[in-house]
Parts: sequence; C-alpha cells; structure tokens
Amino acid sequence: MTEQQTHRLADEDTSTEGTLRPGTILQQRYQILETRNIGGMAVLYKARDMRFEKTTRMCAAKEMYNNAPDPRLRDLTAQAFDREANVLASLSHPAVPAIYDYFSESNRLYLVMEFIEGKDLDEIIEESPGPLSQEVVVDWAIQVCDVLSYLHNHKPQPYVFRDLKPSNIMLNEQGRIVVIDFGIAKVFQRGQRGTMIGTAGYPPPEQYRGDAEPRGDIYALGATMHHLLTKRDPRLEPPFSFHEHPIRSINSAVSEALDRTIMKALEYDIDKRFATAEDFKSALEAQRTPEPPHIPTAGAPTIAFATSTLAPAHSGSALPVWEFACEDEVGSSPFVADGVLYVGSYDHNLYALDAKSGQFMWKFPTEDAISSSPRVWQGLVFIGSDDNLVYAIYRDSGSIAWSKPTRGRVISSPTVAMAHVFFGSDDHFLYNLDARNGRQVWAFEAEDHIRSSPAVSEDLVYFGADDGNVYSVEVQSGKLKWKFATNRPVLSSPLLYEGLLFFGSLDWTFYAVDATAGWAVWNRRTRHRIASSPAISQPRGLVYFTSVDQGIYALDFSTGRQVWRTEMDGPGTSSSPAVSTDAVYVGCADGHLYSLDAKTGEIRWKFHTGESVVSSPVLWENMVFVGSRNHRIYALLQ
Amino acid sequence: MSWIEKILGRTQPLPPAPLPLDDSKESKSLFPVVGAVTDKGPVADHNEDALFTLSAALSQENDLLPLGLYIVADGISGKEQGAAASSLAVRLVADWVLSKIFHPFLLDLGHSANQQPIHQVLREAIIAANGRIHDAYANAGTTLTCAFVLGTNAFIAHVGDSRAYLVNKSTIRQLTTDHSLVNRLIELGQLTPEEAKTHPQRSVLYRALGRAGNLEIDTYLQSLPAHSSLLLCSDGLWQAVPQEAILAAINAASSPQAACRQLAAQAKENGGEDNITVILVQVKS
Repeated sequence: MTEQQTHRLADEDTSTEGTLRPGTILQQRYQILETRNIGGMAVLYKARDMRFEKTTRMCAAKEMYNNAPDPRLRDLTAQAFDREANVLASLSHPAVPAIYDYFSESNRLYLVMEFIEGKDLDEIIEESPGPLSQEVVVDWAIQVCDVLSYLHNHKPQPYVFRDLKPSNIMLNEQGRIVVIDFGIAKVFQRGQRGTMIGTAGYPPPEQYRGDAEPRGDIYALGATMHHLLTKRDPRLEPPFSFHEHPIRSINSAVSEALDRTIMKALEYDIDKRFATAEDFKSALEAQRTPEPPHIPTAGAPTIAFATSTLAPAHSGSALPVWEFACEDEVGSSPFVADGVLYVGSYDHNLYALDAKSGQFMWKFPTEDAISSSPRVWQGLVFIGSDDNLVYAIYRDSGSIAWSKPTRGRVISSPTVAMAHVFFGSDDHFLYNLDARNGRQVWAFEAEDHIRSSPAVSEDLVYFGADDGNVYSVEVQSGKLKWKFATNRPVLSSPLLYEGLLFFGSLDWTFYAVDATAGWAVWNRRTRHRIASSPAISQPRGLVYFTSVDQGIYALDFSTGRQVWRTEMDGPGTSSSPAVSTDAVYVGCADGHLYSLDAKTGEIRWKFHTGESVVSSPVLWENMVFVGSRNHRIYALLQ
Repeated sequence: MSWIEKILGRTQPLPPAPLPLDDSKESKSLFPVVGAVTDKGPVADHNEDALFTLSAALSQENDLLPLGLYIVADGISGKEQGAAASSLAVRLVADWVLSKIFHPFLLDLGHSANQQPIHQVLREAIIAANGRIHDAYANAGTTLTCAFVLGTNAFIAHVGDSRAYLVNKSTIRQLTTDHSLVNRLIELGQLTPEEAKTHPQRSVLYRALGRAGNLEIDTYLQSLPAHSSLLLCSDGLWQAVPQEAILAAINAASSPQAACRQLAAQAKENGGEDNITVILVQVKS
C-alpha cells in the first residue's frame, strides 16, 4: 500500500469526535466536504477529488481506524486492508461501487470509491408505514442475485459477501440497487467479550461456526426480503425464527409461491437452500411473469390454471354407521361401557343401545326430560332427570336399583369415584351418595343451581354453580376448602389435570386455577360465553373447549397460550370436545359435529345433523357417538 | 440498613431457613427448605448477580400452605451498571409479587376472577422491571429467572440464560430454555453443547431485561413432588459445573445451604470465572 505521504493530520483537521472537518484535504487531493455516516467501525465522508480541477468530481472516502496498541496487530490490519482493497479493485459490476484509491494517513485507513447518492434499504423500510410491496422487493432481490452471482463466480477466487443486510443495500438515484460495505468490515472484526444482547439477524446459522460460503449470502438475502415484506426486524426477534413467522401470516398480500421461495432461501440446513444465486434468481423471475394463457390440446381435458389450493388430507363427509331415533331431543351426552351405549333424551327415557349396531336393548322411563348424561359403575348406570331424581339402574335389565329425590331438577351429570356418586341439583345442593344404595353421605349447599358435573380427586370435589363460583369441597366431610368467584354462572364441568383445575364461565373467560390453593394461574378471555367443558390431550399438552363466540380453542395447558382457534359456523354450546390421538370432536349450534386435527385445528370433516348439537361426543374404539336436538343419536367412524 | 432493606436488597450467603413448623401432624403437606449463595468468583471485580428469597407458610384449620418467592438475576454490561440492573430487577419483581400475590393472599382476596392470575402477575412484574431498567441504565441489562411456589406447585417466569432445574434423587432436568444465540444454534443442530461451551459468542443473548420494545417472557408450571428440589442459578454455575455433578453435590449435601456452598465452590474449582448464584428449594414432608 502506498504510504504516499507521511503527512499527519493536524489537530485542527479533526473535530472533537475525531471525524475530519470539512475542508480537510487528504493526500493533497481529496477534499472532505461533509461527514455522511458514522458507523461502528468506519466513517463515510463525501469528498471532492481535486485532481479534476475543471469539474466537480465527487467521491466517497471511507475511513477506518487502525489504532490498536500492539504494532504487530496494526501491521496485520493494514495488510488485511491492503488485500481487501485490491480484491475490491478487481471487481467490476454496475451494482458494485468502483474503487479509485486507497491509502493510509495517521493511523487511519482510507478507501476512496464511487459516491452513491441514495438511501439504503434500512432507511427505506423504516420510513415505510407498512411492509413494502412484493413487486418492488422481488425486483430488488433479482438485482442483488445478479451481483451475488457475479461475486460468487469471480475468478480466481469466489467472493462471499458475508454481511448482506438492508443497510448494505442501497437504492441509487436511478432506483437501481448498489451493494456497499462488503468485505472491509471483516478486516476489523474484533472478538467481543462478555455478554451482549441482540443478534445480527441476517447471517445464516453456519456462519456462527465460522463457515462462510456463497449459500450463506442466499440466506441473508432471504432474511432481508423477509424483513422488507413483513417489517419485522430479525435483529429484534429470537435468532433463526423465520420459519415460525411465515411471511404470509404477517403480510397476506404476498403470494404463496413467493413465500415458499423465500423460505427455501431461509432453510437452516444449507443443502436445502438454493444451490446458487442464479437458481434463486430464476425462482424469483418466475414470480414476475404472468401465468401463460391456457392453450388446449385436442382431446385433452381442460385444466384450470388457477393456483391450486392444497386439497384437504381427509375428504369431506363422514357417514353414519348407525343412527337411532328417540322421541324427542337428545341433549344428554352418551356414555359407552362394555360395548353398550347409554344416553338420555328429553323424551324422559334413559336408553341402552348396542354400541356397534345401535340396536335397542332397553329403556328406562323417568318422569321428565333428561339433560344429564349417564355414568356407569360396576353393574349400575346412574342418571339424573328433570323430575328431580337421580336414578341407579341395573345395566343388564334396565330395572331400577335405587333413586334419590332432590328438590330441584338434576341437570348435572353424575361423577362416580371411590364407590360414591357425586352430582349437583337445581336445589343448590351438591350430593355425595353411596353408589351401592343411594344413601346420602353429605350434601353441600351452594348459592344457586348446580348444573355442571363435579370433578373428583382423592380428597376434593370440584364443581361450578350458577352463582358464579367454583367450589372445592372435601370428599370425606363435605366441608368447603375454597371457592373461586367468577362473574357469571359456571355451567362448564371442571377438569382436573396436573394440579390445575380448568373450566369456562359464562363471563366469557376460561380459567386455569391451582387446585390446592384456589388461585388463578392463568386465564383466557374469549369473545362470548363459555358453556362447554374442557378436554385435554395429554401428549400434546393442550386443553380444548368451545365458546359461544363460535371458536374452538386449543390452549397450552400450563401457560394458557393459544395454540390455535378454529371458527365454526355457529356458536359453541354445552357440547364439550372429545379428544383422540389425532382429532378433536365437538358439536355446534349450527347443527354440525366437527372433527378437527388435534394439532393444527384444521377441519377434517363436519357431519350435519340438522339441529343444534348440545350433546358432547363420545369416543369408543374407532367410533364417535353424539346426540342432536333432531332427536337422533349418531354413531360415526372417527 | 432497615430490616426491609436487608430483606429486599442483594444479600450475601443467607442463613438457612428456619426449621419447618410442627412436623408431627398427619397432614401430607410438604414444606420447602431453602439454601442460597452468591459469590463474585475469583476473577471478577464485583458481583453483578442478584438474588432474593422469601419463604412463608400459612396454616388455616390444619392445612399448612407454604408459599415462597425465589429470584435470580445476572447483570449484563461491562461496567458496574450490570450490578445495578440486576439488583433493580430483583427488587422490583419481588415488590410487585408481594403486593399483587402475597398481600391479596393474606387478605383472602385471591379466590376470584378479579384477582390477576399468577402467571400474569409474574409477567407484568418482569415487564415493569424491564421498563425501569431500560429507562435507568442505557447500556445495561439483566437476566431474570423467578419462581413463585404455592403448596407444591412452582410457577416460573424467565428471561435470559440463568436457569431453573427440577432435581430428584436420581435425575436433574432443566426446566427453562436459555435465550442465548448458542442455544438456538444447538436447537437447530448447528452446534453441539460441547462446542457451545467454548464458542466466542456463548454469552450473547437474544432476550434480556433492559432493552426497548416488547419483552417476551417464558412461563412454566412445575409441580414439586416430595423429596424433589427446585434449583435456580446464574450461568456462573451451569457453565462451570456439568449437570451430573450438580445432581451429585445436591444429593450428597446435608442441607440445601450446604449444597449451595458446595456448588459455588465446585464452580470455582472447575475454573469458572463468572459470578455464581445458586438458590435451592428442597421440598420436604
């Protein structure tokens, strides 16, 4: 490198910040006009090359400090700078600023280059109120691919940009892309000690292992495009989280094809990315040309050219295996035990049907409608009725074993645990009866109807009431442990799992309460009442429920974070979801039984019954059973 | 220093928690015993870690309900501001949790939809601390990992690369995710944990308190079975002492306090240069 002058900058040449004052002349040739940009490692000046006296020739002077205390380090830096400047000088491309000169003065290294007037993409995206348009971003990206292709194919040695990002991409006054700032930066890279907060955002993962190769530039361009199309700065996000934020989920104006193309460039696995910048460029150019018109060939079927939507994995409708008609609506949810399905109807009867065939086995008449759902224990099936009684019926014969009168309708479904039956009544009491003979052990009084079914653990019974409270009562004694107050009736039957009690309230909110202490751990507000009871998928760690706001919700059970929400065509009811390994089933006021993918919430199929489905579906073997207000009970294949 | 300041300020090795209440009751309630140690380490000029512990128990009609709050914060910055940031974080979060959980609990106001859920209180405490640190200290930040223990449930809120572990007789399991660049690279299979130990950017975090913008906070719920322990620590411990050795030290120690002292000593023996902070909450019956 030429150390042409041993001229040292005089004190008056530098301002207090250390930048050169306007008017300072370097190498007796370059007059500093103004400081344009001060970066972490370099200062950029606009300067005038005074060699050309008769005209005003502008140039850019980039100044880098080289003032390490160790003279050997300074030498090494100067040598690296020297090599870099020479490589840059060998490049010739319209999008790469030309290098004119380089020299050193007073511990500062200078590069004199073509001056580019314009803005960099960082400024442009910052000034833009929203994401940039697809057409413009694709156009710029194609120009960048062009430069990358040139750099990567450079002889004798391919040149890797390594630090491609929006601030290194400028748009000149003619609206053309110019890439700046490459290469020189790595000369001055110092190891950073201690903890830092924040990451670079654009470089690919392998670059952190020290592997910098051309396909890393492709990733960085993809990262840049992602930022421009979503206005999400990757430096502010967790590193390598692009795939968790697909472009279309933030900016739906972007086409699926472009989203896929950019995601391919952003593959963390380097071999899955585009192999070359040319490949990336071709993929981008394909986005630009309009679809060619369809030219029919003789005899060939007409094929529509619209962009195809992905066909659903599971086609459309479910067919019933059998259906059984009662004489009135079925609001009760079925219960299956040992191949027999039990269900109540508003026609006053408790039915026992063969689960596989739907064949009628027996029915037991109560004195009023049945909304409650049956439960089975040993040889007995228990059911509550609007006639104020709870019945225990022999499963084999359909004849009565015992009954227990209360002073209000029994709409709550009984829960059986430890040889006891627990259920609530409209008479405000929660009953604990001996399952064998119906003898009352205790009754706990709440302040209003109890229509939800209790959840029972070893020591405690949990249930909700129309007074808005969820109670925790000791199993042995019937004494209150705690009560949790919500703002509206709780129809939802609470679910106990991992020390938390889950339930929804008509106050629009779904709660997760610590079962021991009765304290809310998290809650999730929906847009309308919740009458449905929750269900849990243990392997997925998700809790499911529906709301009158038409949503089926899947939340992470430990944090309440919404994993998905699927919209139905009508309000959610008291129908509660049933969960299998892969699917969630639930009924809706729009008359359908929905089957959704348990992981994604995508609708697999919907079965139409014609009337509101308030009954909860039940799973058994490979079948799902549900009742509808259209008087029928259906058995479908899962 | 008033007693409040003593309790809420950054402290040196704490005396062990008082012995549990009447153990002879037949009730199955489990009670935590706590150890805590902080040590600036052999190399650093000062200790930029901060910690807070508070253990309480309330008994009503034979039901003993323990409650506790345990916080570790590791300050980030070259100058003393790191220490100020971690201290501020710990005090603000403790104060927030005391007023929004402990006080309502004592006044029996917790059993209602109008009481903010626990995870929400922890999140907001950390967000408030984040705002204050950002305003007060331009170049500093801090990690924060806190656990609110109620009965045998631990509610954990976490930002950064301090850690919470669940320890049993034979197993130790990391509960929190490190918000560090190298951890993300490990998740992607681009780096092995061995390589991460010596990676030049192993301390780079992508999430910490003290930055502008929305702060995302991880929350966890972990039940603490009998004879298990909850371990909270700064990276000064886990970077220097492998998990199996941590497990062994805890099982061999005679008390949680002894375990914490042993862990800090081991970190230094292994050549750890960073500040070391350890809190161990042992659930006993």
